[in-house]
Amino acid sequence: MSNKTLFLQGNAVCVEAALYAGLDFFAGYPITPSTEIAELLSLKLPRKGGKFIQMEDEIASMCAIIGASLTGLKSMTATSGPGFSLKQEAIGYAVMTEIPCVIVNVQRGGPSTGLPTSPSQGDVMQARWGTHGDHSIITLTASNHQDVFAMTVEAFNLAETYRTPVILLFDEVIGHMREKLQMPDPEDIPLVERLWTSVKEGTDFHPYLPREDGRLPMSDFGGIHRYNVTGLIHDMWGFPSNKPDVAHGLMHHLVDKIENRVHEITRYKEFFLDDAECILISYGSAARSALHVVESRRARGEALGLLELQTLWPFPAEVVRKRCAHAKYLLVVELNMGQILQEVKKAVMDPEKVFLSNKIDGTFITPTDIRNVLRLIQGKGV
Amino acid sequence: MKKKKRKRTVNIEWCKGCGICVAFCPKGVMDLDESEKAAIVRPDDCVDCGLCELRCPDLAIESEEIDTP
Amino acid sequence: MAIRDYIRERFMPHIWCPGCGHGIVMNNLIRAVENLELRKRDIVMVSGIGCSARISGYLDFHTLHTLHGRALAFATGVKMARPELRILVPMGDGDATAIGGNHFIHAARRNIDLTAVIMNNRIYGMTGGQYSPLSGRGKAATTAPLGNIDQAFDIADLAMSAGASFVARTTTYHAVSMIKILEKAIMHKGFSVVEILTQCPTYFGRKNRLGSAVDMMKAYKTGTTPVGSEAKKEDPELIERGIFVEEDRPEYCTEYENIIKKAMGVH
Repeated sequence: MSNKTLFLQGNAVCVEAALYAGLDFFAGYPITPSTEIAELLSLKLPRKGGKFIQMEDEIASMCAIIGASLTGLKSMTATSGPGFSLKQEAIGYAVMTEIPCVIVNVQRGGPSTGLPTSPSQGDVMQARWGTHGDHSIITLTASNHQDVFAMTVEAFNLAETYRTPVILLFDEVIGHMREKLQMPDPEDIPLVERLWTSVKEGTDFHPYLPREDGRLPMSDFGGIHRYNVTGLIHDMWGFPSNKPDVAHGLMHHLVDKIENRVHEITRYKEFFLDDAECILISYGSAARSALHVVESRRARGEALGLLELQTLWPFPAEVVRKRCAHAKYLLVVELNMGQILQEVKKAVMDPEKVFLSNKIDGTFITPTDIRNVLRLIQGKGV
Repeated sequence: MKKKKRKRTVNIEWCKGCGICVAFCPKGVMDLDESEKAAIVRPDDCVDCGLCELRCPDLAIESEEIDTP
Repeated sequence: MAIRDYIRERFMPHIWCPGCGHGIVMNNLIRAVENLELRKRDIVMVSGIGCSARISGYLDFHTLHTLHGRALAFATGVKMARPELRILVPMGDGDATAIGGNHFIHAARRNIDLTAVIMNNRIYGMTGGQYSPLSGRGKAATTAPLGNIDQAFDIADLAMSAGASFVARTTTYHAVSMIKILEKAIMHKGFSVVEILTQCPTYFGRKNRLGSAVDMMKAYKTGTTPVGSEAKKEDPELIERGIFVEEDRPEYCTEYENIIKKAMGVH
């Protein structure tokens, strides 16, 4: 870790991390509260010879990054609530065609125009199921700027490793809050570069034939191999097919390459879990207040712990089940009506021991809000 | 008369029998055969304009250069 | 090279109906590329969804079959990333001007070096004959059983107003000039639009009693006239064909290279 300490907005940290990870292409459209990412990259990308374009809409931005990624450039777009909705069809295209890319969603209150300048974590389920059809997807989040940096780099690494779109689900508090970032040195965090095919020119190249380890070596568009990319169910050459066995195989490949590697994709942090009677489960900005409650209660000798999720999708059900098995009750802290709550209930043996502390009015959840729910659970009244 | 430079053939596997080549051939060289596929029935009348090839929606009319005496 | 060298033969015969003009467009697009002696590996074809979009599957270029209406948005990403590649973007009339209308006018406005080939058959064929923004008033379609009341776009006017620096129109009947126009469009540095009137005998033709594919092509012969001709003055109903605009204007990717130089200078 370098001595370089920066004091930045979360959106700016995301930009620094994306550049660190090797971002070469960004397409976006202005939307609060993510716009600073586009603004910063409009200068920083050309400075390194990269490309920035403000497209005519959110849909076009998503399509453009897929096109650029196909030629070999690490690509990203950034948006918020309504823009995230608009991108969903093209996100599904990236899933189906296995084109690596990163989508940042700095969440705001919704639905619809909602609360554009207020924090929310209401897009957790949209990140998972926003695009149509069965599929799997990777979604990461972070609660502080050092982790915003780490998870952004991780998003690029996972996108390349699994050849999939990766969603970074930040929120307005994280995006606009300023705090310290200890800038990593160039070699501090390993980077995953695109896996290129070693198939020589003139030899039959199968762009959609996974290796034994499940990874899919790519050939850049404009390179030596000409092949087809389509959002239709396709065979190992990338050509459309409606054969049941081809469809079955591709659907399983797309889902299994992620769901079978939950363990490798899962990132989380834990605080005082081992002897915790009550475990708070939280993520993103809400985890800041949750951590504050846990630390202050611990100081008073109460057995509270925090499980902070950084990988939201694929949902780390096994981690939740195992690390929380001993707790008497679990309290999910999130800025929505209980989107991760339902996942936690599905994951644990006793769903009736899972409670919710949330906030959906556009204000940030405070330690007091969480403590009030704790008092109710503990039968102490408000 | 212009010397013929190219010899044309119909790829009946690709031909869908739309009749465009038949209708627009200026010399009536083409016709549909009993299986409703394009056929070159009067090759000697061909003036090598090449329009049948260009207007074929099925890319079914092909040509190759021939030696001109 | 022979025409077959540009085709992925194992997918032939193609899926288009007998007499469909899209095959004529594919046929002559190949000839234009062949005449220009372009390398297949330097060409990226980006298509959307619809009958027209299926062209990309048959051609041995780098082919990207994308989402309905979004071909130009994907193509913009490819071109920005690799400006040295030639990008051909075949689209249908609904694909380009309805669901993709926004991308169309903005690609034109940027004057980004893409070649948009709009195969205008005035109908949604893949879904079975619904009216498009090009069907025109009074025409019949499966979603206009009582007659269409929608005004039609003029694609060439739209492209010119939006800033395209090369705009042309031709028809499947005029194959020889189609090839020449496509050659010029491909070589043009900037956003080029070639509208090709192409017959859909199955839906537009049948619904509107326009006869066979041959009849529809004959109508392209009699119903069009070269741009600027006297005939148009006498009969304003005639549709003009030919090149409407061919201008040298700042191209987007070239301009962006200057942005990169500027950015590196101030760094």
